[in-house]
Amino acid sequence: MSSATTARSTEVTVQLRVNERTYPVRLDSTTTLLDALRDQLHLAGTKKGCDQGACGACTVLRDGKRIVSCLTLAAQCDGSEITTIEGLADDPVQEAFVRHDALQCGYCTAGQVMSAVALLREGRAGSDDEIREFMSGNLCRCAAYPNIVAAIREVAGGS
Amino acid sequence: MTGIEYVRAADPSSAVALVSEEPDAAFLAGGTTELDLALKDRVVHPSRFVDIGRLPLRGVTRTGDHLRIAALTTMEELAADATVGARLPLVREALLAGASTQLRNMATIGGNLLQRTRCRYFRDPAVAACNKRTPGSGCAAVEGVARMHAILGAGPSCIALHASDPCVPLVALDAVVVLRDADGIRRVPLTAFYLTPGDRPDRETVLRHGELVTHVELPLLPAGTRSGYLKVRDRSSYEFALTSAAAAVRVDDGTVAFARLGLGGVGTVPWRAYEAERVLVGAPANERTYRAAAEAAIRDPFTVPGTEFKVELAKRTIVRILRTVTT
Repeated sequence: MSSATTARSTEVTVQLRVNERTYPVRLDSTTTLLDALRDQLHLAGTKKGCDQGACGACTVLRDGKRIVSCLTLAAQCDGSEITTIEGLADDPVQEAFVRHDALQCGYCTAGQVMSAVALLREGRAGSDDEIREFMSGNLCRCAAYPNIVAAIREVAGGS
Repeated sequence: MTGIEYVRAADPSSAVALVSEEPDAAFLAGGTTELDLALKDRVVHPSRFVDIGRLPLRGVTRTGDHLRIAALTTMEELAADATVGARLPLVREALLAGASTQLRNMATIGGNLLQRTRCRYFRDPAVAACNKRTPGSGCAAVEGVARMHAILGAGPSCIALHASDPCVPLVALDAVVVLRDADGIRRVPLTAFYLTPGDRPDRETVLRHGELVTHVELPLLPAGTRSGYLKVRDRSSYEFALTSAAAAVRVDDGTVAFARLGLGGVGTVPWRAYEAERVLVGAPANERTYRAAAEAAIRDPFTVPGTEFKVELAKRTIVRILRTVTT
């Protein structure tokens, strides 16, 4: 890359791969993945909570690993596989959340479910304490935590 | 529209060139601190992000009794490394005590070293008095509400804390940072990498503009050494430390033969407690020695009303981690 010939590029063209579909988008260079998902791709299942990486409401999977989409640029994800809540239809975690009433207002739920799906793949649902520790990046201001833990425990094969 | 340019670097040398050529350009790796400060808090103003996220600087290699950690290795990846788990429990525990899994999947080890302080006055552009942001403007934290602030390496110009967990064992273990720029490669001990604020709180490390952290080198602990990390905080997970301590100790026949101690939650830089180590080595491995080490570690703290509690809390944190790794 020759720096002398680099034109200033405050806009970027990105091929976003989301839920196994490719979306070519033209964006301001500092558009977050969260804003691109919601405002450009109209995938509004991913929620904006704090928008500063503190609450976990915007959790998605990038190449199978959970991240917060509010502190990720869409441009950084060119070439990555993104999975959002819309890509998890009929997932057992979602069904367990419904069975266990693991939500009240529901605003954090998409992030909770995405994080729980990743947590199960990471093999970190061995006990209630482990679930609580490794779900701590997802806040629930309605405090549905006991039911969230119960839902995850059930999918993990516990009671 | 932020007007910030985005460029993805093709290789490390072009990454260095793309940052070096522009005074306000910044490397972008995990983004967890950088994007927060630039896009949300708007207290740093880069003209260009040079995305280094896809550079081949990932993974951990072991040569004999040394680990070489490439700078883009994430906190989760490093915590999952088999050698780290088996030979450096204090590093693994500190990594997993930091942030959340989501952030640990994003945050790189190089970025962790360079994370900026969580001081709320630094992170609030409406606050004018911040010597770290605007040299000579004063320090709102010293006069204001302080709690998550430093008591060691601090002074009236700045009490901003370095809030990293992993850096605490890394300074204790004599980690070395490998830096690269157009002039070549240099290796700096992590204990010499950070600058305490003095009268220039805006200068935080010896890193030059455009210089890229490429690796962190880490010696393994000698056989028979036990180690651990203790983090004391306001809630039991996903919270910064009030105080923390990383200790590695070997006891031979009831006497401390080897001791390393790093402190978190108390320093303007990740704190190496050399004085405490000198008290420990050669002394009987007991409660009295650990308390003496703690007293030596927290000598001459700089406190404000909101941080006075940290003096005793840090001492008790030290005693407890020493007791834990020796019993």
